[in-house]
This record gives sequence, structure tokens and C-alpha cells, in this order.
Amino acid sequence: MNKDEQKDWIYRPNTIKWIIRLLVISCIGLAVADLFVHKHSHFPFEDWFSFYAVYGFVGCVGLVLAAKGLRVLLMRKEDYYDE
Amino acid sequence: MTSSLINPAYIFFLGALLIPLFRGSLRKVYLLTIPLLALGMCINLSHGTYEGLNLFGYDSAILRIDRLSFIFGLIFHIAAFINTLYGLHEKDNLQHVSGWIYAGSAIGAVFSGDLISLFIFWEFTAISSVFLIWASRTERAFKAGMRYLIIQVTSGVLLLGGAVLYSKNHGGDFTFEHIGIDTFAGKIIFVAFGIKCAFPFLHSWLQDAYPEATPVGTVMLSAFTTKLAVYSLARGYAGTDILIPIGAAMTAFPIFYAVIENDLRRVLAYSLNNQLGFMVVGIGIGTELALNGTAAHAFAHILYKALLFMSMGAVMYRVGHCNGSDLGGLYKKMPWTTAFCCIGAASISAFPLFSGFVSKSMILTAAAEEHHLFTWLILLFASAGVFHHSGIKIPYFAFFGHDRNIEAKEAPFNMLAAMFITAALCIGVGIFYGPLYQLLPFTADYHPYTSGHVLAQMQLLMFSALAFTVLTRTGIYPPELRSINLDSDWLYRKPGKYIAQKTHALILSAAAGSMSLINESSKTFTAILEMGIGPLSRYARTQSTSSMTFWATLLLGLFMIFYYL
Repeated sequence: MNKDEQKDWIYRPNTIKWIIRLLVISCIGLAVADLFVHKHSHFPFEDWFSFYAVYGFVGCVGLVLAAKGLRVLLMRKEDYYDE
Repeated sequence: MTSSLINPAYIFFLGALLIPLFRGSLRKVYLLTIPLLALGMCINLSHGTYEGLNLFGYDSAILRIDRLSFIFGLIFHIAAFINTLYGLHEKDNLQHVSGWIYAGSAIGAVFSGDLISLFIFWEFTAISSVFLIWASRTERAFKAGMRYLIIQVTSGVLLLGGAVLYSKNHGGDFTFEHIGIDTFAGKIIFVAFGIKCAFPFLHSWLQDAYPEATPVGTVMLSAFTTKLAVYSLARGYAGTDILIPIGAAMTAFPIFYAVIENDLRRVLAYSLNNQLGFMVVGIGIGTELALNGTAAHAFAHILYKALLFMSMGAVMYRVGHCNGSDLGGLYKKMPWTTAFCCIGAASISAFPLFSGFVSKSMILTAAAEEHHLFTWLILLFASAGVFHHSGIKIPYFAFFGHDRNIEAKEAPFNMLAAMFITAALCIGVGIFYGPLYQLLPFTADYHPYTSGHVLAQMQLLMFSALAFTVLTRTGIYPPELRSINLDSDWLYRKPGKYIAQKTHALILSAAAGSMSLINESSKTFTAILEMGIGPLSRYARTQSTSSMTFWATLLLGLFMIFYYL
């Protein structure tokens, strides 16, 4: 039994690899499906190719980077208010 | 007004007072029976306006059961039952009694047709709920509870002041209908509601106090106070434009905090704030679809938020803390809790087939229909962000993430049962949304499951998940750190506290100074008096008889001279 197999199945690199593969495949599938599904758009840019996908990805990366930056300004020790 | 009706709140009030009389398994039966009884009675309430109970000598209380108040009242009853079941193992009567008075007050408030009854129940929610925070019985919880209570009571005082002014403008009428922010009274009541609804800069009591409550207490707290405020805003301020930017800000800023916050119950408090934002936007837009969206979202939200807080409460109960930095791998020890947490996470993220999907989309569609482009973009961003911090972060850091081999057992049976019922409702509402739509304030003609909508939402969510994966795999994602983040409560906890302490010291020294001044001057005054009339003064000396006779003769002589003149 090698070291990886001693871990729980969910932590094995193989499992993680498969989870990521599955995620990427479903993302590609959803992006491609964009070509075939009719949307009831209210705004013109909703009809751009995979608008929601791009918006979700860019929005989340921006969110995390901005929040990470905010730590510089906002983060304090746990006992900050107890002093 | 046809007949009188006793506000369903009193079932909980009376029920709460009798809890200490019961022991053992009879107590458990009692604890479950009363909320179910109340729920049954609530379902049978027929719509209308009734004379309320004469309370504190105030005799014009009105009870109003209509579509808007009924849906809030109903979900409050359901929440009261689920929360009681969740806390059934809890031997601490303080939590049960205050929890029921709290739930009853919130129910009483939504069924109140006049501002005075609303005010009374409004204050009752504040006073009863603080005991759920204090029940943690720690110094931290005591202080947080104190801050919470001061802010909540302030909201009540503003409501009372506003209500009195409002009725003065309306010929003494206290009926709670549309108020609007055009008048001064309207503005005051707006702020009172805004405090309880956690508007930006008025919000920090929520993130400050909720995570300090007991595991059971936080679940209770998450359901009532803020949704009561949402109801009140929907009643009094539907279509008030300023609510749109306020709500949009509420959806957006808490998610940045949620990403970097370590205490997972505090992460949920931030996301609670964010979800309220969606409801507030709906009220601001004020169309039938938007208000339906707000009511539906409040209904769905109470369930999935409770479910998430319940799962974190179970972790808290078994592990003793809820810090993302020290959790991970709990799925092995608490598989059921993990599963229920994931259902809550999917619901708040608005995955198709889960409750958030059929409610939140109404608000987004309403925003788009009214051409609020900027607001719509923010709501969409916030939707992606919710999935990020509540949908992924909460289950990931608590149950998966780094395997830390934490010693823990699965949650007690009653907790699991409560989570099971709530999870079933989350999925039930997501799939069979018809009954919920029938309860909405306006006739609903809305179809959430169109192929375009499902695809759009799935793209948004799956690419958010992709972003999370990319960021964690590349190590860019900020690690969970033992820390706190400054929020607007900093203003009164640091500079405010400093100013208060300095002012206090100044007043003390001024008081001491003026006391010594008074002392000194009174001493001088007494000394002068003593010189004049004291024991050593001229008047106190003993005089000889001869000199007295001399003076008396002189006076008589003078008198005679003046008499003859």
C-alpha cells in the first residue's frame, strides 16, 4: 500500500484530479450549450457568448483578490478589541 | 373590523412561561407540542383585520392577517418549530424561554396592524433575544450582547418617536400602512427599520453579536429580527427608490468580508447581511414581481440560513469552536451534518432544484425588467460571490479542506432531525415551488425553470467554482487565519470607546473640581459667618448687666427725644 492509498479517498491526488476534470468538462459543456439555448435577455450583452460564465469567473477572481488586498487594511489580531 | 382575535404571539408567551414546570421527556413533548399547535392555528387564520387584545391600557390594537403578513407569520411559525427541535437536547431553560418569547414577539409584530403594537413587539424581540447571546455565559458574549441590546433598543425608541410624530400628522391614527420617506416621521421610522435590517453602517451589530450566541441561539437569531425588518420595510416603504442602492450595497460589501473571515458563523452572518440586500432591492423596486421576490426570498432564506447555522452550530457543539483555520476533514465524523450543510449551501447559492433559485431569480428579473442595469450587475456579482463564500467556503473549510483528524461525534439526533426537515423543505421549495408562489403577496405569474435561466445560473455558479479551484490550486486563495477584520463597529469599539472614556474621565474630574470648589467656598462662607455670628463673634459674647441697662436707658432716652420732636 503506498502512501496515497492510506489517505481517505477524497484526499487522494487521483480523486482530486478527477473532481477537477469533471468540473472543467461541465464548464466546457455549459459554455458550448450557450450556442443552442434561447435566452430571454433584458440587456443586449446577455446574448454575448457565455456572458454569465465569464462574468462569474472574472467576478469571483476579482472578489478574492480584492478581499485579499483588504486584509492589509482590515486584519487585526483576535484579541484586538480585548486590549 | 369584525371580530376580535388574540395575537398568536401570546401562545408562545404563555407557553414560554410554563416551560420551567416540565421535566424530563414530558418537557420534550411539551416543547414540540406548543410550536406545532401554534403552527396549526396559524395555518387556519383567515385573512382580515381584527381587534387585538387590550394591552398595557392601550385599547386600539389592530391585528392584520393579509397575504403579506401571513407568509412572514407562517415561516416564523415553521422556524420556531424547527429551532425548538434543534435545541431540544438543551437543558438550559433560559434559551428555551427567551427563544419562544423572541419568536412570539416576531410573530406578534408581523401581525400588528398598528404602529404601537408593532413597537411593543419590536422591543420585545430585542429584549428577549439578547438572552440567547448572554446564554453563552462568557465575557465576550456579555459585552457583545450589551452592544446588541443598546442598538436594538435605539431602533425601538426611534420607531416609537417616529410613530407618535406620524400619528400626529394623521389625526391620531396609528394604523401601519405605507409610510414613505417624504415626511420627517417617515424618515425616522425608516432609520428604525434600517437598523434592524442591517443597512450599511448600521449593520455591524449583526456580525458582532450573532456569532457570540449559543449554537441554538444563533439559529434562532438568524430567523426573526432581520426578516421582521424586511416585512416592515415591505409594508411601509415599498417602491422607495433609495432602497435600491442601499440593498445593492448590502449584497456586495459583506461578501468581501466573508471571504477573509475566519469564524465560520461570522461568515454566515455576513452572508445573511448579503441576502437581506436582495430583499431590500426587491422592496425598493416595488413592482408586484419584486415584492413577490422579496417575500419568497425571505421564506426560502429563513430555511436555508437556519440550515447552515444549524450545521455550523452542530460543529460548534461537537468541536467547541467554528474557526475555519482549525477545522477540516469533519465529513468522516459528521457525514449527515456535512450532507445537510451542502444542501443549505446549494440552496443559498441558488442552484436549480434548490430553494434559493426559485426566489432570488424573481428579484433579479424584476431589476432587469425595470432597467436597473447597474443594480442588476451588482446582484449578479453578489450571486456569484454568495456561492463562493457560503456555497463553497463553509462546507469546504469545515468538512473537507485539510484533514486535521479532529475528534468529534455526529450531531445529536434532534439536531439531525431538525436539519433533515429543513433540508427537505429547501429541496421541496426548490422543486415544488407552486405552493410557495400561491402564498405570495400578489398573484404570481412567474416561471423560474426556463432553459435560458437554468443555463445562465449554472454557468455563473460552475465558473465561480472553477475560479475557486484555480485560486486554491495556485495558492492565491487567502488562507484561513486566526484573526478578526475591522468593520464599522470599530467606530464605537475603538475611537468611540476612547472618546467615551475620555469624556467620562473629564466629567469625573470636572465633578471632582466643582465639588472641591463648592467645598472650599462653603468653608470660606462658614468662616465669614462664624466671624459674624459664630460662638466667638460679638453677638455671642456675654454682656454685663450694667452695660445692658446703659444701652436700654439710652434707647428709651432717644425714643422720648424723638417722640417730643
